[in-house]
Amino acid sequence: MVTANSARTVPAIQTAGLVKTFGATRAVDGVDLSVPAGTVYGVLGPNGAGKTTTIRMLATLLRPDAGTALVFGRDVVREAAAVRRLISLTGQVASVDETLSAAENLVIFARLLGLNRAAARRRAGELLEEFGLADAAKRPAGKFSGGMRRRLDLAASLITTPPLIFLDEPTTGLDPRTRAQMWQTIRRLAAAGSTVLLTTQYLDEADQLADRIAVIDRGTVIAEGTPDELKASAGGSSLQLRLADPGQAPHAREAIRAVLAVDAILSLEGGRITAPMDEPDRVADLLVALRDRSIRLAGLSMHQPTLDQVFLAITGHETQPQGGREEEKAVR
Amino acid sequence: MITLTVPRGTATLTQAVENSLTMAGRGLLRMRRTPEQFADALLEPVLFTVMFAYIFGGAIAGRVQGYLPFLIPGILVQSVLATTVMTGMQLREDIDKGVFDRFRSMPIARSAPLAGALLADTIRYAIATVMTCLTGVVIGWRPAGGIAGVILAGLLVIACSWAVSWIFALVGVLVRTASTVQGASFMVLFPLAFLSNAFVPVGTMPGWLQVFVAVNPVSHLITAARELTGTASAGPDVWWALLGAAAIVAVFAPLTVRAYMRKV
Repeated sequence: MVTANSARTVPAIQTAGLVKTFGATRAVDGVDLSVPAGTVYGVLGPNGAGKTTTIRMLATLLRPDAGTALVFGRDVVREAAAVRRLISLTGQVASVDETLSAAENLVIFARLLGLNRAAARRRAGELLEEFGLADAAKRPAGKFSGGMRRRLDLAASLITTPPLIFLDEPTTGLDPRTRAQMWQTIRRLAAAGSTVLLTTQYLDEADQLADRIAVIDRGTVIAEGTPDELKASAGGSSLQLRLADPGQAPHAREAIRAVLAVDAILSLEGGRITAPMDEPDRVADLLVALRDRSIRLAGLSMHQPTLDQVFLAITGHETQPQGGREEEKAVR
Repeated sequence: MITLTVPRGTATLTQAVENSLTMAGRGLLRMRRTPEQFADALLEPVLFTVMFAYIFGGAIAGRVQGYLPFLIPGILVQSVLATTVMTGMQLREDIDKGVFDRFRSMPIARSAPLAGALLADTIRYAIATVMTCLTGVVIGWRPAGGIAGVILAGLLVIACSWAVSWIFALVGVLVRTASTVQGASFMVLFPLAFLSNAFVPVGTMPGWLQVFVAVNPVSHLITAARELTGTASAGPDVWWALLGAAAIVAVFAPLTVRAYMRKV
């Protein structure tokens, strides 16, 4: 038995020069990752960056063409059977049987993991309860909504609590409420001591959940660090103002320069002004200044740096083929 | 607190059997949800049995009644073997689904998802077997080997078909679409089923064909089934059929599992 203490000294994941090619495409082109045990690790990148391929290699579903990958010190190719005992995978494609009910799915997975009939049924019941699926237990998984499906997928990965949990884009396509629930579940897993590796296209999500983030683009890691380090590299947040009277824009820029000591950018579509804003506390000062000058606002919002901005900052090009989502927090 | 059990390298035989049975149970549950997929196993045997009995009965045996003891074991083997192609097609469709990714990333016997699926499909073979025999009885087949002989013959055919289904499972894992499985499989199965002693006495065939028919494993299985239904006793062909089935599993099961695990 390896106890928690000694497990912590071995990284949960250690890869070196991991490569996977499909035909002429190098989907993963020399990925080096080191994921400390007991952390939540975010792999951030646009569609087609190689996130899923990397996870599939780590989960023993794909054989790397070059490089090595160790899961708690065990090689994913030579000791694949051992690795499978330490992980669980929740993929992007629904990984449950659509024709079977939620309960049946969970019981089958539990039986495969060695639980006896009664224990499997009990565990399935507990998980359905825990993930708010008890009422839908007897319905075929194929009839579930997107959010319920993700919860069932995740429940199926947690029959035993594996030390390393892979979540491939766990919130893509979920509505905000379901996403928040998923975030809560992921935090709970981490608190219980599991290492979680999740992929995401959203900087905001990685920021919310991950202790460390690797940014991946075209099959390589282009940046690695804590969320704060990455956001700093992208230039922090920005403030956007919409003026009731676009004609007042020059006055507004003047006020911003006076209060924040930065130059605001005036957008062409009349009356919209964007200013870098590293200290949200100063918003109040600015609002007072604007009122003193009788400048009326139609809207005001804070923008977090997006994946696009991080990419722009690191690589000099935007994410391709699909940009990141703009995360907006309205201040009303 | 996390406790890591130091894992054994590979699954034990007991675990492999348990995992396979669980997977077979999954297959049965799925079948209960989609009963329409049994249509082929239900109808084809009826159709072929009636057709062949009335087309060839007079020409080969003088009358249909006299042809049935010869035909039914032949058509039984042919029908059930044809059903094994369905196994390959279904497997092809199944393994593209995300749930097979989960199976492959779980600490279970690597052969279990395949072995279980194939095992569940023996239900399909059993249905084809029962339908063929029932149809035979309805049109006048009275097997001399009695119920026991028919049951033994049925079990033998089902066991051998399970072995053969590993071949089509391999095809299913390797090719890209279910229809390719069907095409490729019938190319193999048709000559084997028809260039055998299933429908006509071998003596009427040209010499070169007799040579092929004699080595065709399907002929041995049919002869074995005829012996069991006709006399309820096991001749050498029963043992040849079982040996052949074991050989097929020994070669194709590891190949199929390997191809399945390597699958991108």
